[in-house]
Order: sequence, then C-alpha cells, then structure tokens
Amino acid sequence: MTITLTIDGQEITAEQGKTLLDVARENGKDVPTICFHEATTANGLCRMCVVEVEGMRVLQPACIVEAANNMKVQTRSEKVIRARKTILEMLASTMDLSEAAEVQTMMSEYGVDINRFPDAERREVQVKDDNPMYVRDYSKCLLCWRCVQVCADDAQYTYAINFEGRGYETQIGTFFDKAIPETTCVLCGQCVGVCPTGALKPKREFLLEQGMSPQEISVLNTGRKRRRDR
Amino acid sequence: MSDIDLAPLIPAISSYIPMGRSGLLPALHAAQKIYGWISEPVAAQISRSLNVPLADVHGVIEFYSLFYNEPIGKKVIRVCTDQACALKGADGLLRHICGHYDIQTGQTTRDGAVTVEASPCLGLCELAPAALVDADAETNISSDFHHYDLGRPKSIVGGSIRLLTASCGNGTTSLGQYGKYPALARALGKKPEEIVNEIKASGLVGRGGAAFPTGIKWEGAAKAPGTEKYVICNADESEPGTFKDRILLLDDPHRTLEGMAIAAYAIGASQGYLYIRGEYPYILPVLETALNEAREANMLGENILGSGFSFDIELRVGAGAYICGEETALFESIEGKRGFPRVKPPFPTTHGLFGKPTVINNVETLGNVPLIIAQGSVEYRKIGTEKSPGAKLFCVSGDVSKPGLYEVPFGVTLRELLAMAGGVAREKKLESVLFGGAAGAFATPDQLDVKMTFEDLRAAGLPLGSGVVMVFDETRDMRDVLKRLGHFFAHESCGKCYPCQMGTQRQMEILDRISQGKVITGDLIRLQDVGWTMTDASLCGLGQTAASAVLSAIKLWPGMFNA
Repeated sequence: MTITLTIDGQEITAEQGKTLLDVARENGKDVPTICFHEATTANGLCRMCVVEVEGMRVLQPACIVEAANNMKVQTRSEKVIRARKTILEMLASTMDLSEAAEVQTMMSEYGVDINRFPDAERREVQVKDDNPMYVRDYSKCLLCWRCVQVCADDAQYTYAINFEGRGYETQIGTFFDKAIPETTCVLCGQCVGVCPTGALKPKREFLLEQGMSPQEISVLNTGRKRRRDR
Repeated sequence: MSDIDLAPLIPAISSYIPMGRSGLLPALHAAQKIYGWISEPVAAQISRSLNVPLADVHGVIEFYSLFYNEPIGKKVIRVCTDQACALKGADGLLRHICGHYDIQTGQTTRDGAVTVEASPCLGLCELAPAALVDADAETNISSDFHHYDLGRPKSIVGGSIRLLTASCGNGTTSLGQYGKYPALARALGKKPEEIVNEIKASGLVGRGGAAFPTGIKWEGAAKAPGTEKYVICNADESEPGTFKDRILLLDDPHRTLEGMAIAAYAIGASQGYLYIRGEYPYILPVLETALNEAREANMLGENILGSGFSFDIELRVGAGAYICGEETALFESIEGKRGFPRVKPPFPTTHGLFGKPTVINNVETLGNVPLIIAQGSVEYRKIGTEKSPGAKLFCVSGDVSKPGLYEVPFGVTLRELLAMAGGVAREKKLESVLFGGAAGAFATPDQLDVKMTFEDLRAAGLPLGSGVVMVFDETRDMRDVLKRLGHFFAHESCGKCYPCQMGTQRQMEILDRISQGKVITGDLIRLQDVGWTMTDASLCGLGQTAASAVLSAIKLWPGMFNA
C-alpha cells in the first residue's frame, strides 16, 4: 500500500511501513544521523534526525517514526536547526571529535561554533590498550550505543560490554572494569566496525599511528597465530 | 575479595531466581542488605543465578545511586540538599554532620562506621531540613542540629476538604479501619467495561504530572489484545518538592491497593506491581503489612470475594533514580535493566511491562478510584470544576508558616492555598513560587489569583505537575535555587539521548557560574538554546522538562542572566 505525505512542502508518495528517514533520503532530502546504523536497532537517541511533524508537541526522530498518510513534515524548520546545531555544539564541547569525519562535516554545514561552551567539562579518559585486537579511547566516544548493541542482541550475543555511570558520566565499560581478555569478549571486531568516531580502533592501525612500522608490529606478534618453528 | 562468603547470598536470592532478569533489582537489594555493598564475586554469583550477563549486572549497579560496588559505611546518612531543604539550612546540616565525623561529603569514616552523602530530594520537604539515616527519616531537626526525630516521618495534612486524605494524619489506617474494600466489592458486581466507563465519566486525569485521562488509558489497555496484562502503581515519587505519595502510602495504604485492584478488574489484569522509590524504606513494612492484611481478607489473591477475579500485587523497590518515575523507564527497572526510557509509541496500554498491555497510574490517581466507584462519577464531579473535577493534593513547602500536604477542590486560587498554609513565613514578602516541581515553572505574586485548575493553569503558563508549591520569600537568592535545579537534573539524567545527557550538564555548568556571579556574555542565549533543544528534542519527559523552570526564570528575571 502506498501513502502520500508532504516533506518540506513537497508531496511525496511512499510505501507504507517505511520510516521518515528512509522516505526523506529516498527523495533526496538530507537528514543527518549519528547513532543510526543499518545493522543496529534504531534507538533514536542522538536526536540529530529530529524533524517537525505537524500536530506533534515535540520534534520526532525520523529514524524511528513511520511515515503516515497526510503527514506534514519539515526537515529544516527553525526548531529543527536550533536543536541540531546545539547538539553539535554540545558534542564539540564534550569529546574529541578529531576522527569523527561525518560529525565534522555536519558541524561545518550547520555553522557550529565549537567554542560555544567555553568552560565546559570535557569527557577525558585514558586510552585502554589491554588486548591484541583493538584499543578503546573513550575520550572519542559519543555514546551512539552501536558497540553495545552489536556485542549483544543485534549481532554477537556476547554481552562483554555495557554502560558505566549515568547521565553525562556514562561510559562504555566491562564487568568491574576488567581488561577485555578477562571478559566474555570473543574479539569478533564487530564493535570496531560500527564505531563512528575512532574510539574503537584496530590495534594495528593504532600502532601505525604511533609511528611503528609494519615490521615492528609483526615482531610484536599482535593478533597473529603462534606457529611452532619448523 | 576472597574474604567474601557467598553462603548467605544463595538462600537470600533464591526466591528471585525464577523471575530471571526481572529479579535483578530485588536480588541486588538483598545482596546489599547482607554485605552492605555489591562486590565482584557477589555480582558474579547473581549473574550466574539469574542468568544475566556479567556486564549487564555491572551496568545496572552503576545506574542506580543506591547500589554500591565499593564498600561503604555500616551506617549511611543521606542529607537532602535540594531546594526545600536548602531553604531550611541543609548545607549547614551537611557541614555539621561531616564535621562531626571528620569526613568530607561522599566519604566514609576510617573505621568504616559511617558514610555521609548529599542526596537529591528525599520527599521530606515539609519537614525540612531532612536526612535519611539508613531506613529512618531524620526530621524536625533543631537549629543547632542536636535534636531531631528519627524513624517514620510525621504527616502534616490540611486543606479545605478531606477526601483523598480522609484517613491521613493519624498514623497508618489498618484494613479494619479502612473497611473491606467496599468500592472493589461494588466494582466486582459490575462489568469491567462499566468500570472503565465510570472512570471516563468522572473526568479523572493522572496526578503524576502528565495529566493524561485515566479512563482513556484504562480503555486502551482493556481493549488491547492479549490475556497477560499488568497494573502498576507508580510510587517512584522523586520530583523535588513532592511528598504526597509518601503520606498517602504511609497513612492510608489500602486506598492505593484498592485502586489498583479495581484497575486490574477493569482491564483484566491478574498481576500488579507497586514500584516505590528506594528513598522511602520506612514505608516498606507498612505496605507489606497492608498487602498481607488484604490477602488474608481475600481482597487480593485468588478468586477475590468469590467473584472469580484473581489479582495480586508485588512490591518493587527502586534504587535511587528519578528517571524511573518515567513510566517506560519504570518498566525497564522492573525488568531488571538500567532505567532508560523507551521510545513512544508504542504506548504502555498496548506494549508496557514485559511488552504486554499495561496500566500505570500514580498513587494519588489510584486514590481517586475508590472514591469514584463508591459514589459514582456524578457525585464525584460535584467537587472541583467542570473541566477539572475532584480534589487535588498540593505539597506546600519552603517559606510558608505551615508547610504540609493540603487537599483542596480544583478551582481554589494559589492565594487561598497559601493562606491555608499560614502565608509567607516570618512576615516576609512573597518573591515567587516554584509551581509543579523541578520540572515546573516559577509563579510570581501577580499570579496569586489564578484558579488552580488544569485549564486556568495552562492559560497562565503554569504546569500543575505533581502538585508542588514551593514558596520563596523576598530574601531568597533565586540563582541558588536555579543552581540546585541544574544539579538535580544533571545528576538524574539517564544519559540516553544527547539533548538531555549533555544539555543537563551544560545547563548545570552555566547555572553554577551564574550563582557565583560569573555571568559571561551570551549566557542567556546559551541557556535558551540548551533549554529549548532539551525541550523540543529530548526522548522523554525528563529531558523535555529539565529546562522548564530555567526558561521560566529567564522570562521573569532576564537581568540575572545578562553580563
């Protein structure tokens, strides 16, 4: 069944059951997302994809809300722009976004002032380098939850990681902060694959960035099978 | 670690094992009762017993303020430092107690005897300043802090009408005094849909803050497909300035239980949960006694009063998380998870607890139900106004002569209510009233004649919220009030959605600075952008109202925010 709705004044016909994000993107409308990923359950938590839907009291997350017949949607209203811009400015004052290329693009598009909150307390954490497969730098983590999701019911059913703290102090963590080899982690690497900011990074890439040569890394035997000398 | 003996843990949590993950919070409470805190081997054993992943158990302990994963004192003193207590010298009380034990806030004495913490609102606002000492409320504290009452807090109840509070103010009302659930007996003689229709006709709306029509909620759950349905009483009262549920449950527990049983009959539920905040430990024995009385008299249990209808209620205790008053976060908490609010829709009436149709109502809302069913909606509507029928409870605290719980018909003015509470204390002039709660708005002296009904308050831009009326006199520094609001929301944000997770932090930082007189250029706009972003774009009601009072203060006193 098809439905008809209006997005930014343009009448659009779509298949029923699709989200506003799908419909908008299929019709060439740019709706930014941070936490959304095709492989994980949409949680609608970054709120970057919020749009204004006529008749709704608050902005709606496009990644979750289904497109409905006769819906009137604005993807770039004043309220929407203010919310997106402020979220980006708060992100910039919270964490290290140096490797979050997509977020950086959004920041330039929305004219973000990265020093909007000059005396903000930033989330700064020591890099956790405790296993041969990947390093965790939670100063770069923007809490999109994807790693926790793929570690759990969205992919691997390993449940090695969850959350520590609450609110602004939330951080991804293991059982009593144990090193990765002491957890249920099977080093599948799916969390690294879905991380959008470089907070989770393959060990080899990390070492290369530290200035080590491939030769030196290979001597470390990182992530390689041990073979008895013949 | 090795000196922790797991032997007492197994029998203590055995009854929660069949619940699986839903037994996690009760099991953690039970473990903490034995050991004082939850160590790694204890958490690991609970993980094995309930079959919950280790990291998830840890995540839950980390979420709730009242669970500890490091040792704390044998005695824990929690001093409320929120607005109502602050007006009555909470900071001095905290300093005095810390000084007495020679420790800083948040620390434990070297001998491990005492931990002192600053706490969010403890729901003892009319008895401020106040603290919680293990399971006892510390109230009626003398100005030199040497004399105080310890135990069950007393109830100060007043007002122009006594319907919901008819049995409040004189200790706990037993089942014998309350009567054998006459409204439930009456309801059982009718069809469930007749009960739903009666509640709809009464015009009752939720008293927890969202003001949703109760009958519509019940109808939704009653009509939802499925045979497994739930009724939940939301007693996670944590809105700063709110203490009505505390008094209703301590003094008249059967009214709430009867309301739940009627709701269950109306929607076809056989299982109920009463979720009470962890900061009300002294209410638990009262509720356990009331539940047992009701079961013995067959007001709860199998085949109630021979009607064929069966229903029972399980008591659930929160663990220090304001967000769990949000209905979907409360479901998550009962399910043994971190209290993250869910995306709505789907709504609880079709997808609630364990994904099943659920009615969740506030204590005061449920208290109205026996009244409506006993006398009929026509009689019920004779109190209050056409659009706001019934009586309303107001939690009056701060600078008034007689703080307390006041019951009045809808339509009374704020001026009349304040007069009942003896007016502004010490003959000072009124500066403002924090109306509706921390998630409310400030009212000014020129709004005293607004009639307190949903419709009049909406027109005046004042949210009724949870019925908070916190009074500030002319000598008060409103910047300090705002600073504490900022700290409250930053402490209580769950951290799920970005606007609230970061917005409550940025809001707190700016309000902290302003309270120290360090306003910088652009602070007003900065606060507005953060505030409106939270209001418009947050995932749940906490974030959507975390800036409500601040935005109202900006409107009233813009000078405070300009450099």
